[in-house]
Amino acid sequence: MITSMTTTTTNSTTAKLLSYPLNAWYPAAWDHEITGKGILSRTIAGRPLALYRTQDGHPVALADACWHRLAPLSQGKLVGRDEIQCPYHGLRYNAAGRCTSMPAQETLNPSATVASYPVSERFRYVWVWLGDPTLADPALLPDMHQLESDEWAGDGETIQAPCNYQLVLDNLMDLTHEEFVHSSSIGQEELSESEFEVTHDENTVTVTRWMRNIDAPPFWLKNMRDKFPGFEGKVDRWQIIHYTFPSTICIDVGVAEAGTGAPEGDRSRGVNGYVMNTIAPETDRSCHYFWAFMRNYRLESQLITTQLRNGVHGVFGEDEAMLQAQQAAIDANPDHEFYNLNIDMGGMWVRRLLERALESEGRSVAAPAAAPAASSKG
Amino acid sequence: MITSRDDVWQSAEVTAVDDVADRIRRIVLQPERPEPTRPGEHIDVLATVNGEQQVRSYSVVEAPDNGGHLVITVFRTPDSRGGSEFMHSLEQGQVLRVTKPLQNFPLRVGAPSYVLLAGGIGITAIAGMAALLRRLGADYRLVYVARSRAAMAYLDDLAALHGHRFEAHIDDEGGSLDVPALVAGVPAHTELYMCGPIRLMDAVRRTWADRGLDRTNLRYETFGNSGWFDAEPFVVRIPRLGVEAAVGSGESMLEALEREGVDMMSDCRKGECGLCQVKVLGLAGRIDHRDVFYSDRQKASDSTMCCCVSRAVAAAPPTSSGKRPAVLTIEVP
Repeated sequence: MITSMTTTTTNSTTAKLLSYPLNAWYPAAWDHEITGKGILSRTIAGRPLALYRTQDGHPVALADACWHRLAPLSQGKLVGRDEIQCPYHGLRYNAAGRCTSMPAQETLNPSATVASYPVSERFRYVWVWLGDPTLADPALLPDMHQLESDEWAGDGETIQAPCNYQLVLDNLMDLTHEEFVHSSSIGQEELSESEFEVTHDENTVTVTRWMRNIDAPPFWLKNMRDKFPGFEGKVDRWQIIHYTFPSTICIDVGVAEAGTGAPEGDRSRGVNGYVMNTIAPETDRSCHYFWAFMRNYRLESQLITTQLRNGVHGVFGEDEAMLQAQQAAIDANPDHEFYNLNIDMGGMWVRRLLERALESEGRSVAAPAAAPAASSKG
Repeated sequence: MITSRDDVWQSAEVTAVDDVADRIRRIVLQPERPEPTRPGEHIDVLATVNGEQQVRSYSVVEAPDNGGHLVITVFRTPDSRGGSEFMHSLEQGQVLRVTKPLQNFPLRVGAPSYVLLAGGIGITAIAGMAALLRRLGADYRLVYVARSRAAMAYLDDLAALHGHRFEAHIDDEGGSLDVPALVAGVPAHTELYMCGPIRLMDAVRRTWADRGLDRTNLRYETFGNSGWFDAEPFVVRIPRLGVEAAVGSGESMLEALEREGVDMMSDCRKGECGLCQVKVLGLAGRIDHRDVFYSDRQKASDSTMCCCVSRAVAAAPPTSSGKRPAVLTIEVP
């Protein structure tokens, strides 16, 4: 669709590392990570958060610094129905971030509040909105329904990726790297030989690639044999990458017996997975990379769930090592620019959507150049 | 204080001034570094008072052009400490030092219902909240009270904008607000935001507590400049230091003691934090507690007071002749 009729040309992105929009939902944690027993300390989009649940089970995200002397509330304790107590001087705040008790006085200072950010729990994640709270509409959450559907099974993990979040998005939007980074599992030369198609709208980018009549790489041959024991022969393989603003990429992947109609829509002779990726920037140079691998066959098999999770863990470990090395090289070569290839089409559209959002928030597009690497806290 | 940080101060040019009610002037500023604002925010302004730079805080009533302009509205108080007079002297084209918008009075989005209560010039902190709640389609009531219609800034605009959600209570038209009735009609989980004279806010606080409503749902901002009595001159003594200061009706006891060279500790200067508290050793007259730091029980004991806002007044009703100013004897930390 045409999103603009102006004659202004938009230059292709030149920023190597992107800043992060704030008017967006970011995944703060897996659902099971946030409890009513302890407090999770985690930085999302540069904001240190104290994450917990009320006695009613509702997740809460408070700014992790007491109003009084900025002591981290996450080192405090949970008290009462929905309150957190500062570990230093005992000030208490409720789920709305309002002070309910302060030491040595009979009243409450009316200014004593900490930010309580909008949260939404869906698709096995607790999401947080750090920008203008009046815009925090749960309808804007990315579609990750496979994570809570009866028709899909699977599980995932979190990678503390020591790189700018955009490098992860670049990685997932161009899967030709599989041939080189993941040669023992999902890589094959047809990946970089086959054509792909890119489409986009204001909020999404899609990259579609079909590889027909090829040998299944080891990961996919195993999956085919889980569903079709003893399978032999050629397959048609697909990778359909669905990006949703700001940082969710769900990849429809699979193989089917060659020539049985999968490209036309009949996947009955194949196996289908969904690689669910959603990334929360932590700092300019680190991010929380939440992923899961879901499948729509052999739903009853916990063995396959574990095998797939472990297999993808190994594959993504190879990505993590590359992303860390890439970030280090970017920082070690500050005068060098990025150049773009044809294969970067999807990633470049992602960058453009993010740049537009950052511009509309009045914020700089590029992440600061020379910040020291920050450590991930988990 | 956040205002000690250098990066929050900027220049702002006065682009328009006009009177919007009796002794109330609307001032439009164009800040050097525009940024979007949220309801409840204020700016601190460096006002020139008696040749000195003093900080005054004003609510941002609206911030058109995404914060490109900041509208404040200033009531010239009869007992002005000089700040409001300075603000009323501003003319188009003058340049001031102001902070970026600062937030001490955040409006929480997502409450099931709201009551917004403004007394007099307190409307400046409340009007933006009402506009946002209207835009969000929230369930809210906007209650605007004042002594007289002439002293109500933006009255007609607010009535037109908020329709059936708006109500005005005007004392000299016989429409005084029935505070217990207002609080009694508030559904549970309602959030009430108020800004106005301390008498109004104290009345709401008491009825709110009497009803057993969640005290964190009662939100307010105080300007620390209104009391139960009109400000009048009084005398303060600190025997240990051999200090005696005459406190004028247009200044605070804290300012008078600082003027006398007493090394005073304070922070908020609006009766919230309690850092400026002094011990009361003796009192000829009565104390007008104007702070929100002490509880009613503590105020009744008259053993300490917040000298940034609270004052002493003569015990007897003032008469035209022979009135003696109140005398406070205190000890300071």
